Amino acid sequence: MTQTTRRNVLKGGVALTGALTIGMPSILRAQTGPLKIGHLTPLTGFLGAIGGYAQLGAKLAAEEINASGGVLGRQIELISEDSVNPAIASNKAQRMVEQDGVVALLGEINSASALTIMQVAERNKKVFFSTGARSDALRGKNCNKYSFHSDIPNTVMVNAVGTALMQQNMVKGKKFFTLTADYIFGHDLLKAAKAFFARTGGNLIGDELIATDVTDFSPYLLKVRQAQPDVVCCNLAGNQVTNLVKQYAEFGFKYPLVGFNLNTGDAWAAGAGNLTGTWPTPWYHTLDNPASKKFVEAFIKKNGKPPENHAWIDYISLKIMAQAMNDTKSTDSAKLIEHFEKQSEFDLMKGRKGYFRKWDHQLVQEAYPFTVKAKSEMKDQWDMLVLGPSVPPAGEPLETIYPTQEQNPCSMPA
Amino acid sequence: MQLVFLMEQVVNGLVLGGYYLLIALGLSLIFSVGGVVNLAHGAFYAIGAYLAVTLTNMTGFLPAVVISPFAVAALGLLFERFLLRRFYSADPILGLLLTFGLAMLVEQAIRMIWGSPPLSSVMPSELKGAVIVGDFLFSRYRLILLAVVAAVLVGVWLLLHKTPFGRVVRAGIQRPDMVAVLGIKLQPYMATVIALGVGMAALAGALFAPITVVHPAMGSEIIIVAFVVVVIGGLGSFWGVVLAALLVGVVRGMTIHFMPAAGEASIYVLMFLVLLLRPRGLLGERMERFE
Repeated sequence: MTQTTRRNVLKGGVALTGALTIGMPSILRAQTGPLKIGHLTPLTGFLGAIGGYAQLGAKLAAEEINASGGVLGRQIELISEDSVNPAIASNKAQRMVEQDGVVALLGEINSASALTIMQVAERNKKVFFSTGARSDALRGKNCNKYSFHSDIPNTVMVNAVGTALMQQNMVKGKKFFTLTADYIFGHDLLKAAKAFFARTGGNLIGDELIATDVTDFSPYLLKVRQAQPDVVCCNLAGNQVTNLVKQYAEFGFKYPLVGFNLNTGDAWAAGAGNLTGTWPTPWYHTLDNPASKKFVEAFIKKNGKPPENHAWIDYISLKIMAQAMNDTKSTDSAKLIEHFEKQSEFDLMKGRKGYFRKWDHQLVQEAYPFTVKAKSEMKDQWDMLVLGPSVPPAGEPLETIYPTQEQNPCSMPA
Repeated sequence: MQLVFLMEQVVNGLVLGGYYLLIALGLSLIFSVGGVVNLAHGAFYAIGAYLAVTLTNMTGFLPAVVISPFAVAALGLLFERFLLRRFYSADPILGLLLTFGLAMLVEQAIRMIWGSPPLSSVMPSELKGAVIVGDFLFSRYRLILLAVVAAVLVGVWLLLHKTPFGRVVRAGIQRPDMVAVLGIKLQPYMATVIALGVGMAALAGALFAPITVVHPAMGSEIIIVAFVVVVIGGLGSFWGVVLAALLVGVVRGMTIHFMPAAGEASIYVLMFLVLLLRPRGLLGERMERFE
């Protein structure tokens, strides 16, 4: 029994070595084949649900780019994989650059993983579009020349919801209790929230840091009740949000629940009737503009459901990247960075166009607060949100809701 | 006042322990009769949740919660007949590999059938809300859940200890050779117990679907806690599992009260301590096959 097993293991090892040796030349030949772009996003774990949408969005963009002639006359090949966790994300990014020969990287939702990929990008001098990570620190003290950020940062999420809450008189003098995801993203969001409360007279009476794998929130909900807050504020991420929203509805607390972070995928997963309150979002599939409608239609046709905001962001990010390569006639990182740093504007399927800000590489764009539709008004299970007016309001410069260089300083050594 | 808050966490922990119990007890039962550590137990929990959510849309909540566990128990019979049966007397590592593989297979199958985004699931609104008893606050839904768990627990105990069926099962666990000598075929008894264990996991999935994220990997999330409970209680021990489940719930709640950051780690620390001081678990029997 043991003998044959050992022999089989040896045989397997030999076969594997053989396959690797034979496999090598094809990697070397890749220079003339399709243009490879690496895409990493969590497909498992607490962000896996929304990562699935990101992958669908990137794939649709790649198909459309190829159908319209590709990049520099070559087809693009999207190598899209599960980033799993920060350590694996970094290993995979390095492998994609070294062995697969990708010309650029994009993706990610987990801020901790995005940070490790940013380091790989800098080390290998490859452009990386961080598409779903929201931590301010990535744009500030951790920023680097090769990394661009297409999702809105935590400060903007806080400002979008904060503005709406102030209009409802729900900030000044009110007691807030926050529940915060215990990793770089949550810590960062709490910091932004604290800055907001300090500025607007909100009173933070309690905070709980919550591990990303927590599924039962009942002990935390009991602590919330003990603190007797006026408003409960969710600074969680991914499945944490859905679990909290469901269990908050289960306990039926009277304190209004609001949040500084939510992805529409989490709202859909919570289900109609469970979610209440005011939340932020960078995009929603009901936005009324031609580009957005066209994208939503193509996405539904292919996948049978509307795109979530991560599908949107990975779709436009890959499109912007491909367009830049065609415009500069190059995949050279230095040329691409120079191109983006000109702050040229891109159609983001929103009311206003956006641009990458030169000093921190943040894609400056509108955000929206939203509230939840009554179940009876929903057209289908995805028609859950009512978007508020864009933040900042039309007429005000987009950058007013973003951190300034003094607030979130970034220095990029050349 | 502080004491009241603490008591509230203890009681809440007991309620949560009841839910762990539903999953862990099946895991323990299957180990007892088959000698296989069923790593696919979480997969059946996930199928139970997915079936319940799908059925809720067709039949309403209550029928869904009843039908789903029975459907999964039927799946459990197939699982026993075509897979598990071959591994009863094999090296335990093979059973582990088989069920681990099955767990991954089921997770991917769920992705293929239902898609990778979570299913949205809501409970009937009349079950929502809190019940306040004295100074304590309970979720109404979890109280109902606790009642169901208690009923299942009593039912399983009676089945194993007060019926002819249970006598054969218990005899089979201790001395399968003697049972065979008496001319009793153990096979159907084992199959029934495995279907029962798997059905309990599915019931837990169905009951928890309205208050947790229903996603393809939900099974692998829960199997770890279930396994911790069984290890603390002692593999194969009925009351050990009951005790351990309640203990795990309470320890987690207390830790979150005093040291929130250690909340999730606390149950592993508890397992570590128990294994260090009493390797067979709180009420476990000595296991010769592993020593």
